[in-house]
Amino acid sequence: MRNMSLTAIAVIVGVSFATAAKAEPQVEVLHWWTSGGEARAIQVLVDDFKAAGGTWTDMPVAGGGGDAARTALKARVLSGNPPTAFQMKGPSIQEWYEEGALSTGIDAIAKEQNWDAVLPAQIADHMKCEGKYCAAPVNVHRIDWFWANPAVLAKAGVAMPTTWDQFNAAADKLQAMGITPLAHGGQSWQDATVFEAVALGIGGNDFYRKAFVDLDMDALGGATMVKVFDQMRKLRGYVDPNFSGRDWNLATAMVMNGEAAFQIMGDWAKGEFTAAGKVPGKDYLCAPTPGSGYLYNVDSFAMFDVKGDDKVTGQNLLAKLILDKKFQKVFNLAKGSIPARIDVDLGEFDYCARRSAYDMNVASSNGGLLPSFAHGMAMRNAQAGAITDVVTRHFNSDLSSADAARLLAEAVQNSL
Amino acid sequence: MKSLLDRHLPKIVVAPSFAAVLFFVYGFIGWTVYVSFTKSRILPKYELVGWLQYEKLFATPRWYVALDNLFVFMVLFVAIAIMIGLLLAILLDQKIRAEGVIRTIYLYPMALSFIVTGTAWKWLLNPGLGIEKVVRDWGFPDFKFDWLIDPEMAIYTVVMAGVWQSSGFVMALFLAGLRSINEEIIRAALVDGVGPFRLYFHVIIPSLRPVFVSAVIVLTHLAIKSFDLIIALTHGGPGYATDMPATFMYAMAFSRGQLGQAAASATVMLATVSAVIVPYLYSELRRKA
Amino acid sequence: MTSGQADTRAGLMRSTPLRSAPLRRAGRPWTATLLRGLLFLILGLFVLYFTLPLFVMIVTSLKSLEEIRQGSLLGLPQEIELTSWATAWGSACIGVSCHGLRPYFWNSILLVVPAVVISTAIGAINGYALSKWRFPGSDVIFGLMLFGCFVPFQVILLPMAITLGKIGMAGSVSGLILVHVVYGIGFTTLFFRNYYVAVPDELVKAAKIDGAGFLAIFTQIFLPLSIPVMVVTVIWQFTNIWNDFLFGVSFSQGGSQPITVALNNIVNSTTGVKEYNVDMAAAIIAALPTLLVYVVAGKYFIRGLTAGSVKG
Repeated sequence: MRNMSLTAIAVIVGVSFATAAKAEPQVEVLHWWTSGGEARAIQVLVDDFKAAGGTWTDMPVAGGGGDAARTALKARVLSGNPPTAFQMKGPSIQEWYEEGALSTGIDAIAKEQNWDAVLPAQIADHMKCEGKYCAAPVNVHRIDWFWANPAVLAKAGVAMPTTWDQFNAAADKLQAMGITPLAHGGQSWQDATVFEAVALGIGGNDFYRKAFVDLDMDALGGATMVKVFDQMRKLRGYVDPNFSGRDWNLATAMVMNGEAAFQIMGDWAKGEFTAAGKVPGKDYLCAPTPGSGYLYNVDSFAMFDVKGDDKVTGQNLLAKLILDKKFQKVFNLAKGSIPARIDVDLGEFDYCARRSAYDMNVASSNGGLLPSFAHGMAMRNAQAGAITDVVTRHFNSDLSSADAARLLAEAVQNSL
Repeated sequence: MKSLLDRHLPKIVVAPSFAAVLFFVYGFIGWTVYVSFTKSRILPKYELVGWLQYEKLFATPRWYVALDNLFVFMVLFVAIAIMIGLLLAILLDQKIRAEGVIRTIYLYPMALSFIVTGTAWKWLLNPGLGIEKVVRDWGFPDFKFDWLIDPEMAIYTVVMAGVWQSSGFVMALFLAGLRSINEEIIRAALVDGVGPFRLYFHVIIPSLRPVFVSAVIVLTHLAIKSFDLIIALTHGGPGYATDMPATFMYAMAFSRGQLGQAAASATVMLATVSAVIVPYLYSELRRKA
Repeated sequence: MTSGQADTRAGLMRSTPLRSAPLRRAGRPWTATLLRGLLFLILGLFVLYFTLPLFVMIVTSLKSLEEIRQGSLLGLPQEIELTSWATAWGSACIGVSCHGLRPYFWNSILLVVPAVVISTAIGAINGYALSKWRFPGSDVIFGLMLFGCFVPFQVILLPMAITLGKIGMAGSVSGLILVHVVYGIGFTTLFFRNYYVAVPDELVKAAKIDGAGFLAIFTQIFLPLSIPVMVVTVIWQFTNIWNDFLFGVSFSQGGSQPITVALNNIVNSTTGVKEYNVDMAAAIIAALPTLLVYVVAGKYFIRGLTAGSVKG
């Protein structure tokens, strides 16, 4: 019996050596794109990967905007069994690198394909660990969007606002007509999404950078932040009473069927409109929220430090395919975002996507290209979470703006 | 030789389980306590930093909300589930013809996880979609049931859904208890001319004491572990008004990369829970030994 | 119930529930009728309370997405569509594979069956040893096992991951089974111990005089008596393990994930388009085995509890 199992082990070891020698590319990818357009988008990558002779093991874990996936990731890493690649973004990438979990093995491919030249510098920086590429970007989502119902706007005689004062005036008008001005889902990440758009519009690009990138205490607890919270309080008056806990897509539906006029949400909201057969420009409008900035969320795949030639080859192939022009186009057409590469032809993309690409270009030259804090691009999750706690508490209680700003600075300090 | 083995066999048989429990429960609690004294972020680190994480924890307003909610939820959930469970058991014990069907209906929620029922509950409790809307459509335009979206009241909707899941199980426990009461006691009481309500309150319910113990154990364990319930129903909202220690800890450990803080909150929670549970278990286990 | 222990043998054997329904003997006929009406009213209200969520789920699963978007959530479907059930079972996309819940169903079975069998067996032998063969410290051991039930799983997740990695069981089904068995010990032991406590000590003594040992008494006397408590334990463990998400998602690997993980992937996507009818159908499908267990074995469940497992 004992001999039997030893033989068995020998066979297995032999087999695994054999595969190692051939090193067929192999990846196990942990991600949370599980439904509709998201799943179709990732399917594109899988097909490419298989066509190139690789084996793709899918490990999808949805829930809580990646919370459940991060839980699984942590357990996998601690048990010495990390996935080959994980859907990860923003400063988390560098945080995991510092813990020694990531690999910079794809840097050679990145050099070869000259990623530095085809990615906006700021996005490229997010992908680098100590100057070397450790992650590959798939897309750019813009966060600071208004989604609006043109029929409702026309009926109320209001135009797309370009300042928050204009928005407030329009909202008052809409409210008087019995239309909910702002469709909103009261979940903390949605509160934070609205909050960062407001902060960008009221404080401007420099303020946003100081507060949410540099975590400057004066900016976080200062007079401008008080104004930002004042506007949040105003918005609280513009949402319908039943907003608590609502899923974002139900808020989108409110805009779609004319119950509400505006929604502030990232451009995945487009997927919901598209699924209902609506056309941008005609059935719904997209426009940036007030300000001259551009808040981005770049989804990417980080490469984990894994053993085995087949997996390392797999990571290289994956990185190469992700940055492929055709993939970037097809993937983002399905996902509603725009390519991370700046040299992809946008002819087939819709109006909103082209607008997004144009604005990104402008913003990246004037310092307005800014990372979204609500979507984990600006700071580590510890600080982002601390800020979100204060924002959602303020929005859901009668906390004064001054107290909220003070608590905000305190919470960030406490989380460091 | 055989008798020696036989004498020790009970211990030998229990030993592996005991070792497993010591390691996997108490060893891991020890690990958690240790980590709570470190500066661990996304992965555990083992350098000690003293009470830092506890100081930070108690400077976090959300943590107090979570602790408060645990007590409110636990007390109400256990008390209401026991009351409803007992009431239903007593009523079902009145020779009801459809008992089998009704019992199954009361019992089935225990079979479902909140991943399954969460969305349905969320809709039912949502004023714009569920019960409030339906009742208003029936012609009661002033009807109000908006606890889910009221930060002050939302925790009670969590209690409602929790009770929904567990009170059927408690009913089963009590029904079983009622069915194994010694008939002589009841007969004797009836001969003495005791009325039906006195019979229940003075004779039958007191004799169900062991059932209460089982119910309390099962319900407290569910209350402390209630995580799916919160996530599915309110996700801690509105704001963080329905946060609980388990969800707080989870957020810190897994979404925020504040492992040290998570460990500190887990330690505080376990300490408080054992301060309540251990004396109760001790006295109840002693009583019948 | 402490005083009643002597007659529990009779209780064990009694298959038909007791007799006197005390309220029925109350007072004059009209009061009785009134009470009876009240009784059914209360029972009926609770039936409503307990069925409402399931009703919402079933109704929603039968509607088209268009109807859900526009109509009332509680209304009956205008026309019944079964497509979302077929989709959820066989073709819903979970990540990149579009085979619905079907493959994950089998994963869960492979996991749940061994975990339930092993943890029930361990509970039986522990309960037997801790109730009928008490030794110094056995009550302390039992207390420690019981307290283990109160530790939230989120707390032990990470040390468990480290341990599984160290013993080379990371990402394997056997590792996941081990986890469920270990954290099932507390409750299974509790059930069996409380059941066996009610079995008279004289039975053990008599068997000992006849020369039977520890194991012989267990297999020949106790196991045959244990069907009711086994039903209780199996139902309990089956439900808990089948419904587990946290361990399943953390300790399984791509391809071997249990059904709750797949269900979560269908239901809980954050930025994707939601198909509520498919979500609801999937949720009901994933819950069918546990529902079935409760409906089919529910009768035995009460009987098993009656036969002693609730005794202190």
